[in-house]
Amino acid sequence: MKNKYSIFSLIKNAFSSHENWQRAWRDPEPKKEYDAIIVGGGGHGLATAYYLAKKHKMTNIAVVEKGWIGGGNTGRNTTIIRSNYLWDASAGLYDHALKIWEGLSQELNYNVMFSQRGVMNLAHNLQDVRDLKRRTHANRLNGIDAVWLNSDEVKKFCPIINTSPDIRYPVLGGTLQKRAGTARHDAVAWGYARGADQLGVDIIQNCEVKGIKRDGDQVIGIETSKGYIKSKKIGVVAAGHSSVIANMAGLKLPLESKPLQALVSEPVKPIIDTVVMSNAVHAYVSQSDKGELVIGAGTDSYVSYTQKGSHNIVEETLRAILELYPIFSRMKMLRQWGGIVDICPDASPIISKTQVKGLYFNCGWGTGGFKATPGSGDLFAHTIANDEPHKLNAAFNINRFVSGDLVDEHGAAAVAH
Amino acid sequence: MFIINCPYCGERDQTEFSSGGEAHIVRPKQPTELSDDEWAEFLFMRKNIKGIQFERWNHSHGCRKWFNVVRDTSNDKIHAVYKMGEKPPVNK
Repeated sequence: MKNKYSIFSLIKNAFSSHENWQRAWRDPEPKKEYDAIIVGGGGHGLATAYYLAKKHKMTNIAVVEKGWIGGGNTGRNTTIIRSNYLWDASAGLYDHALKIWEGLSQELNYNVMFSQRGVMNLAHNLQDVRDLKRRTHANRLNGIDAVWLNSDEVKKFCPIINTSPDIRYPVLGGTLQKRAGTARHDAVAWGYARGADQLGVDIIQNCEVKGIKRDGDQVIGIETSKGYIKSKKIGVVAAGHSSVIANMAGLKLPLESKPLQALVSEPVKPIIDTVVMSNAVHAYVSQSDKGELVIGAGTDSYVSYTQKGSHNIVEETLRAILELYPIFSRMKMLRQWGGIVDICPDASPIISKTQVKGLYFNCGWGTGGFKATPGSGDLFAHTIANDEPHKLNAAFNINRFVSGDLVDEHGAAAVAH
Repeated sequence: MFIINCPYCGERDQTEFSSGGEAHIVRPKQPTELSDDEWAEFLFMRKNIKGIQFERWNHSHGCRKWFNVVRDTSNDKIHAVYKMGEKPPVNK
């Protein structure tokens, strides 16, 4: 690997005041034709390109991105990574990703700051307790680490939580996945971009797809803001805008796009060393390495592409956060933003071929796609290269909405992913 | 977050309403004769438009009546509101 990052390159560059670092990826003009084109330069799209080049030796490929790489949901999520999903198909999918996360920084020679600080999911009522205990058992049967904590154990693991029985949503217990945690979201996009670029992938930013060209039932190219590009294999990883791209190809998807928002506080000293999620009250919190509290909320209830998110959702989330963590009552929030998430009726993703030959979709990740980034890229690359799904994503085909074989994670994995 | 002009109650905050998703999806007249593909189309497939969308809303914390809204999903601007059974005021 040229320009390998190491302690030696760091020292060497320190002598020239860090002014001679080379750019991490090129800025090429699109060629006339590629063996495959990935639409969408977020984490999933860049990972797909990386694994297509690395594992399937397809190096004449391009990633086209309408804005800048990692500027969509990759840069807007709350960076939570876990794999404690209920159903076998989901457990297989998300744990595949978690296993790749564990060696990702080394593989990419790029520090994605993966931190296995544990993710705790709280139970606030009897049904939560039953559901989460069931999920713990299901996880363990699938070889995924999970433990049930009672209220005292929750308090011991995260002392700032208010476990008083008198609050509106008392903490009756929770599950803990210790291998779960967080990663730096931008670094994931940049690491995959650098890795893919070094394998010869063209990453073309500011290149918006305007149309998908078909010859009968075979896809033959894309119309973009930088001109027409030919390709017989097109993989779409456009998150909230998947339906927009699908409409260009004359397809409809079972998706609704909604704003999901997050916010960060002013930076403070270390106060919470894990991730705590509460699905019932739609509040989750962790602390970034900069010291900001990273707080996630629920989605707006209607279709919108505005990347804002409503104030009433912020209010609901902060109300729950304040009740669970009274210590945060005087914290000031610095920034709030929204990302557009594409939600499937069964809250599971689609990694699939379509009825159009050569057109593949990786979408429907809804509120929880970040954690799956490496696994999603790996499996989508397999699907594109072989024109058939890997056994881990076979269940996540688009035909499940016709056959009825849904992977119903709504409620099962709880609403907040 | 925006204001919706309920055809029965007038202008109210969006938080009083529940979104019912895409409008004018007609329930199949003869369900028993539908193929799996047609069921999937009716139940799950959505236009999910970025731009002018026709949708149903329910004034769930008010009069609890259903009605239709024409809204631009790229900026949340509402262009028209009309009652159930009425013709859309703009071309669909």
